[in-house]
Amino acid sequence: MGFPHKSHPRENTVLSKHFGDSDALTLSGWRNRGGYRALEQALALEPAAIVQMVRESGLRGRGGAGFPTGTKWSFMKPGDGRPHYLCCNADESEPGTFKDREIMRWTPHALVEGCAIGAYAIGAETAYVYIRGEFTEPLQRMTEAVRDAYAEGILGKNALGSGKRIDVHIHKGAGAYICGEETALMNSLEGRRGNPRIKPPFPAVAGLFGQPTTINNVETLVAVPHIINNGAEWYKAMSFGNPKSTGTKLYSVCGNVRRPGNYEVDMGFPFKEFLYDLCGGPLPGRRFKAIIPGGSSVPIQTIAEAEATVMDYEGFVAGGTMLGSGGVICIDDAQCMVKQIARLARFYAHESCAQCTQCREGTAWTTKIMERIEAGQGTAADLDTLLEIADNMTAKTICVLSDSCAVPVVSGINKFRDEFEAHITQRRCPFRPASTAAAVAA
Amino acid sequence: MTDRKMVTLTVEGRQVQVPEGTSMLEAAKVAGVLIPHYCYHPGLPVAGVCRMCLVEVEKAPKLAAACATAVADGQVVHVHSDVAREARQGVLEMLLINHPLDCPICDQSGECELQDYTFAEGRKDSRYQEAKRFNPVEDFGGDVLYVPNRCILCTRCVRFMEDVAHDPVLNVSERGDRAVIGKFEGQDLTHPWAGNVVELCPVGALLSKDFLNKARSWDLDRAASICPNCTQGCNSALESRDNVVVRMRPRPNDDVNKFFLCDEGRLNYRWLNRRDRVEFPHVRRADALAPIDWDVAVEAAATALRGRRVFVLASPSLSNEVLFLLSRVIARVGGAGAFRVRHGPEAPLDGVPGLSLRADRAANVQGAGLLGFRNSETPLDGVAAGDALLIVDEELAGVDASALSAAVARAGAVVVIGTTLPPWARDATVVLPIANMAEEEGTFTNVQGRVQRYLQAKAAPGLARPGYAAVGDLLAALGEAAVYFLPADVFRALAVAHPPFAGMTYETLGLRGSVVSTGAGSPAVAAAPT
Repeated sequence: MGFPHKSHPRENTVLSKHFGDSDALTLSGWRNRGGYRALEQALALEPAAIVQMVRESGLRGRGGAGFPTGTKWSFMKPGDGRPHYLCCNADESEPGTFKDREIMRWTPHALVEGCAIGAYAIGAETAYVYIRGEFTEPLQRMTEAVRDAYAEGILGKNALGSGKRIDVHIHKGAGAYICGEETALMNSLEGRRGNPRIKPPFPAVAGLFGQPTTINNVETLVAVPHIINNGAEWYKAMSFGNPKSTGTKLYSVCGNVRRPGNYEVDMGFPFKEFLYDLCGGPLPGRRFKAIIPGGSSVPIQTIAEAEATVMDYEGFVAGGTMLGSGGVICIDDAQCMVKQIARLARFYAHESCAQCTQCREGTAWTTKIMERIEAGQGTAADLDTLLEIADNMTAKTICVLSDSCAVPVVSGINKFRDEFEAHITQRRCPFRPASTAAAVAA
Repeated sequence: MTDRKMVTLTVEGRQVQVPEGTSMLEAAKVAGVLIPHYCYHPGLPVAGVCRMCLVEVEKAPKLAAACATAVADGQVVHVHSDVAREARQGVLEMLLINHPLDCPICDQSGECELQDYTFAEGRKDSRYQEAKRFNPVEDFGGDVLYVPNRCILCTRCVRFMEDVAHDPVLNVSERGDRAVIGKFEGQDLTHPWAGNVVELCPVGALLSKDFLNKARSWDLDRAASICPNCTQGCNSALESRDNVVVRMRPRPNDDVNKFFLCDEGRLNYRWLNRRDRVEFPHVRRADALAPIDWDVAVEAAATALRGRRVFVLASPSLSNEVLFLLSRVIARVGGAGAFRVRHGPEAPLDGVPGLSLRADRAANVQGAGLLGFRNSETPLDGVAAGDALLIVDEELAGVDASALSAAVARAGAVVVIGTTLPPWARDATVVLPIANMAEEEGTFTNVQGRVQRYLQAKAAPGLARPGYAAVGDLLAALGEAAVYFLPADVFRALAVAHPPFAGMTYETLGLRGSVVSTGAGSPAVAAAPT
């Protein structure tokens, strides 16, 4: 649903059905809504059967990369004599993304159940939910849900009386964007500095505490109980026909738009209708100029590109961008793209873990040049320099934070070059009233 | 040990075979190709953060960090292709945007990897127009000064302290371009091996306070040496400027000290520059020592020894060569030899088994034992009435004055061969001045029985001669037929005479040394002090 707005008829509320329903917060309320039935069923199955079911459902990672979840789970070799771990990535720090927050705020038990099923499926007895520190309310709700689940014997050494041990721990992060990167998250969980690790080894071989680990996004895990309850075929059917992208997807919509909020639609929904019908289109008297459809790390689309895009993994790629985290940032014609991109660059410069040279220096350098252009001090050569820096920052570092900083710069310069050039030739930001610019310059 | 599977790959057109699991960077070394790098160091865990070692691998989707990528069969690696070079140039540009242009006043200049690689393949200009970040210089404690503006955050120092010294004092503080190397609250770089971070630092960010502003690296003369300060025998390089030793640094040897040298050893080199040296041979004329020619002095020493039993008190930091010749003197005229060792606290480097600052603070305790000298806390007790007392490079610091004067009184004659003239030596019959270890060539036998060569680093003062030459001439004056022109000649004779050294020559020792053979299972360990 477009919470806090009313659900739109064209939404398909599977994960977001109980958003805003405070009765769903309690364990009894959740049970009345069908909660923990999937876990009970799952515990009666062989782990391999669950993995197979998830694989057949076509569920793909909702955190950004879109890796098939069943395949990821199948990397965890059962009976290797080593402890396995499940990590739930609830660090949701991608700018423009706030779907996991709502899931944890309104349906914390859905995540507990998803974690329990996921842990059982990969042969783990322990699941860690890594929640970003700024999420005070979700943290509280999740802590209460886990507490109640233990009290009712849903979790613990005899989960739901199955004789199987499933522990779920809530871990509070300290507010670093990079801790949403899976290996940095593991370092952080271990009590180390949240620096991404070199891969290989991949988490399925040596992850948390050096043991085989699977890490899944919140939205991915809460989809799993629905697959268990309704079957893989049911899940696969929630699609506009692309067999590679199935199920529903929650999109967080923000920016210059009439009805910001979370919307859940089937994979393959037309982006144009999504933007104008569900989200209400641009603010009165404005027009959309650009859309960042998957959180700040994906390429910016012009509105023309966005209107022609189909909302699934392949559709966004065809539209020159990525599904990413599903954080749709709308930018209208009153906004200065240079200023927006400079702000994004500043974010990445602030959050770079400082390990890799190109990222540590490149994000800060990019920010300085972007802010200089925005202040009317840019030169024509700056654009070439920005593109070359971006090239140096792409596909050369341990993780993709560096690439993420380069992405909006490159797509911004390529698609909105006229705005950059206007800043340079007019020696001021054309979106700022002339009097303000003069005052700033003075 | 099981045999590791071998992998064949091509680096810069050269095919090499390396064991499975080897990194591309190490494999390239085998092919004779240096892949530029900063954060990688063979003595530290891999970090893969500087991204300088990016190489192009055929059929790979993106560039690979050579330090963190294991080789695979049939891989074709291009180090100097346009793509790889451009990537490295990009890294260099990024490293330099906040790096000050202060090479003219930087101690690292001339031995700086940032300078070297920038010169080799960096851009000629910088496109950076913004202000450079600034952080003040910080005293890290111990011998270490941190200049954050020059730091490239390679984290070698952090990893050394954490993974090798097991004393995690350093960290990376802050994030992004604000990041600096930090020290945990209230802690200092006081670990006995902490000074190694200065050598590990590829740029001028970590500096030795001891060496600060002393010399430009290109003005230094360097000689392969052995740290003489304990029995570990760490391989070192003595660096001198205008005949003055100004720095001692570790020289890699996998079998002894890997890449490291302890702070006590590293900083204890000033005695090699002592100015109160005895520079001329002296003989006793009436009440005083008078300078005289070498031939006269050697003959006087031989005269003092002839017809007497000789008691040799030798320094355990003398070379195998000098000790061997002294043992020949004892063999010719009869007598005995002894030495005493100064002790200090042990200080192991936890991450390298078998590497420690040893309690015995002398270079050649093992060699002295193998060559027949007795280790004794009170060596002068061995002096019998009428003995010729031959004291070689031993100042007798801390020896009880009454025991010393009693021994000197008991002795029929006192001959001093040494580098200095302590007060008690003014009663000597003859004084022969010799070179210290920095001024001569020779070998030491370390605590593991490894015989290692050291080379001459500077010239000896005045008429002082290498110890082997002085004792060799004395032997000749006593009638020994063998003639030793070079220390290698002495060592050859030593290897013939002493089975543990059998088969060794200076050529076979090279600069890595080899271990004495223990014969019929008897371990080559010097006798404990009696």
